[in-house]
Amino acid sequence: MRTGAPASAGTTTPAGRMAALARAELTLLSRTKATLFAALFVPLVLPFTLRSAVDEMDLDGTGLSVGSVLLPSAIGFSLLFAVYSSLVTVYAARREELVLKRLRTGELRDSEILAGAALPSVAIGLVQCVVLSAACAALLDLGVPQAPHLALVGLLLGLVMWPALAAVVSSFSRSVEGAQVAAMPLLLISMLASGTLVPLEILPDRLASLCELLPLTPVVTLIRGGWTGDLSAYDALGAVATAVAWIVLAVFAVRRWFRWEPRR
Amino acid sequence: MNQHEHVIEVTDLRRVYGGGFEAVRGITFSVDRGELFALLGTNGAGKTSTVELLEGLAPPAGGSARVLGHDPYEERSKVRPRIGVMLQEGGFPSELTVSETVRMWAGCTSGARPTGEALELVGLGRRSGVRVKQLSGGEKRRLDLALALLGRPDVLFLDEPTTGLDAEGRQETWELVRELRDGGTTVLLTTHYLAEAEELADRLAILHEGRIAASGTPAEVTASQPSRITFELPDNYFLGDLPPLAELGVTDHDTDGRTVRLRTHELQRTATRLLLWAERARVELRGLDVRSASLEEAFLRIAREAAGTSASSSGAEMATDAQGSRDGTKAGNAKAGKGTAA
Repeated sequence: MRTGAPASAGTTTPAGRMAALARAELTLLSRTKATLFAALFVPLVLPFTLRSAVDEMDLDGTGLSVGSVLLPSAIGFSLLFAVYSSLVTVYAARREELVLKRLRTGELRDSEILAGAALPSVAIGLVQCVVLSAACAALLDLGVPQAPHLALVGLLLGLVMWPALAAVVSSFSRSVEGAQVAAMPLLLISMLASGTLVPLEILPDRLASLCELLPLTPVVTLIRGGWTGDLSAYDALGAVATAVAWIVLAVFAVRRWFRWEPRR
Repeated sequence: MNQHEHVIEVTDLRRVYGGGFEAVRGITFSVDRGELFALLGTNGAGKTSTVELLEGLAPPAGGSARVLGHDPYEERSKVRPRIGVMLQEGGFPSELTVSETVRMWAGCTSGARPTGEALELVGLGRRSGVRVKQLSGGEKRRLDLALALLGRPDVLFLDEPTTGLDAEGRQETWELVRELRDGGTTVLLTTHYLAEAEELADRLAILHEGRIAASGTPAEVTASQPSRITFELPDNYFLGDLPPLAELGVTDHDTDGRTVRLRTHELQRTATRLLLWAERARVELRGLDVRSASLEEAFLRIAREAAGTSASSSGAEMATDAQGSRDGTKAGNAKAGKGTAA
């Protein structure tokens, strides 16, 4: 963990500063048991509780298998719980303790503060995705991805999008508890309507096309398409565009509305 | 940077908050290298709002702030590595230990001191393994100071650095700040402890409602204020029985029952003539209290004048503060009074 964190003399670099902050955040995460539990176990356990439901789904004619339904869902849950939900709490907690304000008096740039604080959660999300992919491949006969580049693009977009959305959502609350409540709507909508619990392929067309505009949907679509290999270039580009639009929107909102100090 | 330039230069600085509240209403001052400048004021006077602009946490609504020749907000990356900041209230994750906090901050600070050295500097060496949430209020202030000093800054911003410290801790912090100042560090300090400003400041400004009500060296600020003589009229004497007050050099007076309060800019002359009169008249001036102007007097007077008759809540708080110290100095004044009389 000593990488890039200059302990003594020398001018700091963005990477070094973010590493120092990320290390502290990792320490803090390891001491907040509730957040750690939600981040580590929920995304790993939840998909397997869904398995019986997926087994009973009528997947004939959708080109989907149990594995290609479950894995993108699992990765979606990982983004929602390990990244988004825990980061909403982290940002709100640091703001309430005036940590964000204090950090802003130092050499860190604003973007470095937000990114550095997000790094441990993003890393956990990434590791979970790798573990889940390996587990699904081994246990559900999913095999290797047919278009790995799509899955990779989907994952990377998700890992940028959800910290940014977490920062936006955390701005609309006055306390850590309030932030956890504020995180719920997007969390629930994403679980229900982004193809995680129910594949969009078995929804009515009009509802499905509405659901495609949600932030988690393009991530799930790209990852699923990466494994099945039957996502058309047109659909893939559409998903990437939707994801990029959400990222741009979230970054804009952060720059415009992110609160560095508690409301008093 | 040119050696002769001011390290901090503030010109007609303004700050307006979202709701339209104008916290800083056009203030101007400068601080030279190695100088310790104190911003004094009641709560809500605009001290913190001013310091935050100099720290580059927000852009000014008008006027300009320069720190080390740069705009602290627009040119953050040029200013930040050379300044140290202590905010009014901590800002550390409560679940990190003291040394973890310093280590994190060191990773974000150019030319940081080793953790142990920084903690020794503020007397927290033995508390390095303790979680921040278990520190006392005073210890948290020391930790904050350690972080402000971590990068050996050229300019130090200290926002109420000794609030919550006990008397000993306050002395130690003063000693440390003085050493840094003597080493060439420029210090901008805010405080509502008048003694702290009197003790430390080379120059100071008293803020009231976002404006500078008085500024200069502590001696200059107090010199503009009158000294005071208080005594009880002897039995069967009236104010008119005293020598003509103008002849005594009295500029202003008031009475409260039999207690007379005289104000003068020529304390020695007024006191001498008053005491000579009492000697000749063979009367005893009971409760005699002769007091030269102090920063506290100056401060209270300025706060009173500016506030008019309506005591704002912040003014009332300050007055309570001052009341406490006034009670505390009563014994000392009595002694001083005797000394003058003898």
